[in-house]
Amino acid sequence: MAPAVPRSGDAIFANVERVNAELFTLTYGAIVRQLLTDLEEVEEVNKQLDQMGYNIGIRLIDEFLAKSNVTRCVDFRETAEVIAKVGFKMFLGVTASVTNWDTEGTCCSLILDDNPLVDFVELPDTCQGLYYCNILSGVVRGALEMVSMKTKVTWVRDMLRGDDAFELQVKLLKQVPEEYPYKDDE
Amino acid sequence: MQFFGGSEISPSPPVPTASGNNAHMMYIFNRNGVCLLYREWNRPLRTLDSNQDHKLMFGLLFSLKSLTAKMDPSSTEKGNLGVPQLPGQGCSFHSFRTNTYKLSFMESPSGIKIILVTHPNASDLKESLKYIYNLYVEYVVKNPLYTPGTPIRSELFNTTLDQYVRGLG
Repeated sequence: MAPAVPRSGDAIFANVERVNAELFTLTYGAIVRQLLTDLEEVEEVNKQLDQMGYNIGIRLIDEFLAKSNVTRCVDFRETAEVIAKVGFKMFLGVTASVTNWDTEGTCCSLILDDNPLVDFVELPDTCQGLYYCNILSGVVRGALEMVSMKTKVTWVRDMLRGDDAFELQVKLLKQVPEEYPYKDDE
Repeated sequence: MQFFGGSEISPSPPVPTASGNNAHMMYIFNRNGVCLLYREWNRPLRTLDSNQDHKLMFGLLFSLKSLTAKMDPSSTEKGNLGVPQLPGQGCSFHSFRTNTYKLSFMESPSGIKIILVTHPNASDLKESLKYIYNLYVEYVVKNPLYTPGTPIRSELFNTTLDQYVRGLG
């Protein structure tokens, strides 16, 4: 059982600057719509959303660490709990739950009951391969990479495609320890 | 304290006690050893050119971190000296003091290292370093024109830093 996080996401969420939820949802929808118009290929849009999420994630991690004061996580289980309870709460205002741990403890699923990105959204038939919330998988991947964890993040269940929940699978590929960056001849 | 972003920085800064610059120098490094920022307020002696100076500082801290983790009497798991650390393992050191200066250090889990060199009677600067990390987030990370991993060129960040450091006890 993972130990309790030092500051709950609720306290931090109350302190950070917030924007109107509808503005956020509609802006995101406009971005996806524009990407679909520009790129036309659904796979390209998926990749671009993931890349955008990655660029956000590498910056987001510093803000998260500065505002939430979490200490270093001892193992991947604690990491997943912190992402689900503190991270998602702080930035999206919703908490996720962590389930489906594999035997080694390197792969888990984050279930989002409430996803603010998809309010008012319906996928038309022409976009059936689209992972609408793919930006979130990029954000998690980018943020974890900056704390030395290489991960693979994919959507397993997506309510816009007819499933009953939003399930994001996070798989730890490897931990990359810090190495001395300078060559020894200097 | 209100910044242009409108958000509250936490923790709030310590109350300024003295005028004049209280700190000598400050360095900010990222995980790859790139010196993101070097600020100097009061440094009478310079022995190396700046590149070597930064490398020396980074190397010193890297070795100190590794050494302090290996010598930790409360930890059961120890690798060999020189083996890179996994995040989450090992203790972290906070400061060291000589008869002429005190060096305070903070490292975030994302690898951002903040080093502040002050006069030897400075009190514990952990809260101040956390505040500077918050400043870094607000002025540098959130700046869309800043590329992560490159040296910081932000007048606003420099001015705010100078103002804050001036008030350190």
